[in-house]
Amino acid sequence: MILTEDSVNKIKEKAKQYPRMKSAILPALTIAYQQVGHVDPVIYEEISSIIRIPALEIAEAATFYTMFHKKPRGKYLIQVCHNISCSLMGADSLISYLENKLGIIKGETTDDDIFTLVTVECLGSCATAPMMQINEIFYENLTPEKVDQILEELKNKD
Amino acid sequence: MFYSPVITNAAEAAKSDRLHLFKYVEDPDQDKLDTFVKHGGYAAWRKVLDGMKPDEVIAEVKTSGPRGRGGAGFPTGMKWGFIPKDSPKPRYLCCNADESEPGTCKDRVLMERDPHGVIEGMAIASYAIGCHLMFIYIRGEFFFCAQQIEAAMKEAYAKGYLGKNIFGSGYDLEMIVHTGGGAYICGEETALLNSIEGHRGMSRIRPPFPAIEGLYACPTIVNNVESLASVPHIINRGGEWYKTLGTEKSCGSKIFSLSGHVKRPGNYEVELGFSLKKLIYDEAYGGGILGDKKLKGVIPGGSSTPFLLPDMIDVNLDYESLVEKGSMLGSGAVIVFHEDTCIVWVIKKLIHFYRHESCGKCTPCREGTGWLEKIINRIEAGQGKPGDLEKIDDICNNIMGRTICPLGDAAVMPIQSSLKLFRDEWQYHIEHGKCMVKSDFSFG
Repeated sequence: MILTEDSVNKIKEKAKQYPRMKSAILPALTIAYQQVGHVDPVIYEEISSIIRIPALEIAEAATFYTMFHKKPRGKYLIQVCHNISCSLMGADSLISYLENKLGIIKGETTDDDIFTLVTVECLGSCATAPMMQINEIFYENLTPEKVDQILEELKNKD
Repeated sequence: MFYSPVITNAAEAAKSDRLHLFKYVEDPDQDKLDTFVKHGGYAAWRKVLDGMKPDEVIAEVKTSGPRGRGGAGFPTGMKWGFIPKDSPKPRYLCCNADESEPGTCKDRVLMERDPHGVIEGMAIASYAIGCHLMFIYIRGEFFFCAQQIEAAMKEAYAKGYLGKNIFGSGYDLEMIVHTGGGAYICGEETALLNSIEGHRGMSRIRPPFPAIEGLYACPTIVNNVESLASVPHIINRGGEWYKTLGTEKSCGSKIFSLSGHVKRPGNYEVELGFSLKKLIYDEAYGGGILGDKKLKGVIPGGSSTPFLLPDMIDVNLDYESLVEKGSMLGSGAVIVFHEDTCIVWVIKKLIHFYRHESCGKCTPCREGTGWLEKIINRIEAGQGKPGDLEKIDDICNNIMGRTICPLGDAAVMPIQSSLKLFRDEWQYHIEHGKCMVKSDFSFG
């Protein structure tokens, strides 16, 4: 099993709440994604064995939702909103800045597997634009100095 | 994790006898149950369970007649009234916290900073419709919101505000926090229900409406976070009081998310009927246009709503006045852009979003948004051709009104509006192969 005992228990615990087991698909994917960093057919099989829903139905749901990355990515997933409010506040420049700084273009992962850079659709931070989400955390009202500082702190953690 | 640093007018709301949603959102302890109760929280929940009949609750909300704050603007009380009285099936309430309409960032603040207010509204709505299991569908990216709501829910359970036999009333109510997987379409109520059921988040054909056959084919009500957060205040102070807020037809207060080229972007709770001009220019709110540049246009109700030109912003922010100006109140997300913004570039940003978020169920929306994005990207890149605008018009007309859910219409409305209001600029772009003004915005 790729899923840890802790993840399995979390999935079982959550699944118990629902009147129908199929509703546990999205929460199970979320728990698996948080542990592994991506989801794939092996994970679908494992979830299937826990909640007793065919793996195909889990794959069907998983492939609809963009939040669950289907391939391994860097330790830190940098998601930059590039919709209208953020764009008006310089999201395009922010993306270029990150591309230059990390030496990758959007969609790519740094060679050391630390950072993956992607663009995403509106994250509800329109009045604190531009913004990026790194793993679970939102960073808002970004400036070049703030971006430098955030990346530096994350790098030093490793 | 931490609160969004977004600006609010909580200080104004704290002093006001009329504003209520934002009264305590700057109090860092408002997310704790004790503080919430000290500020009058859960009083409405007690009042309801102490002796109001479900029908009386519905009547109180119907009296005041607030319209849904998620975007569609359907009257909340009327929606509740559609639940069949004689159905033997369980009923469900789903709070729609899938906030993702570009420009909209208001529900997030309520969930992060006043989670009990949302739960109280959900509980009262559940009681009104006879529901014993309520859901909140929070978009997957909002980890902190989900954490806050979950923590508040646990505290509410622990202190007897949720669970079995609440306050000895004999009424049971359970709650599930369900998080999404990153799909704008799940903010549409039938797609949201499909998503909770574990399906792909695609819209369902209506009828049957969710009130008759919703979640698990049972009677279901889906209400927006802000709509539900208003409910305790209506119960506490009465529908007649709530009706005195706002205008005659658009009652109540509403949070407007102000973003884009303004000096003080933020979330502002104001009474409906508030002046858009004041919201943008007044020092207490937007504070005017960034860099004191000239205003070019405003999207008044989230990225799905038609544009307003500078000479149209002398308008009151209520459902009727904006329709008169050819736009909509939508979710109350006011997006402002100044003279250095290319309109083709704006539309390019918008259509990308809708193409990406189209669920793919209806052909006109699935294919049409893709075609529109290709043509618009080509024009933006300087490769526009004569006849492109007519083609865009044609595609728009073939999407509008031809899809199961409003996503298709939402994609088309701002495009059609821009072709009408900024046609010269589109033509210039095609003829000269470049922007009339270059949108080149640095950050920070």
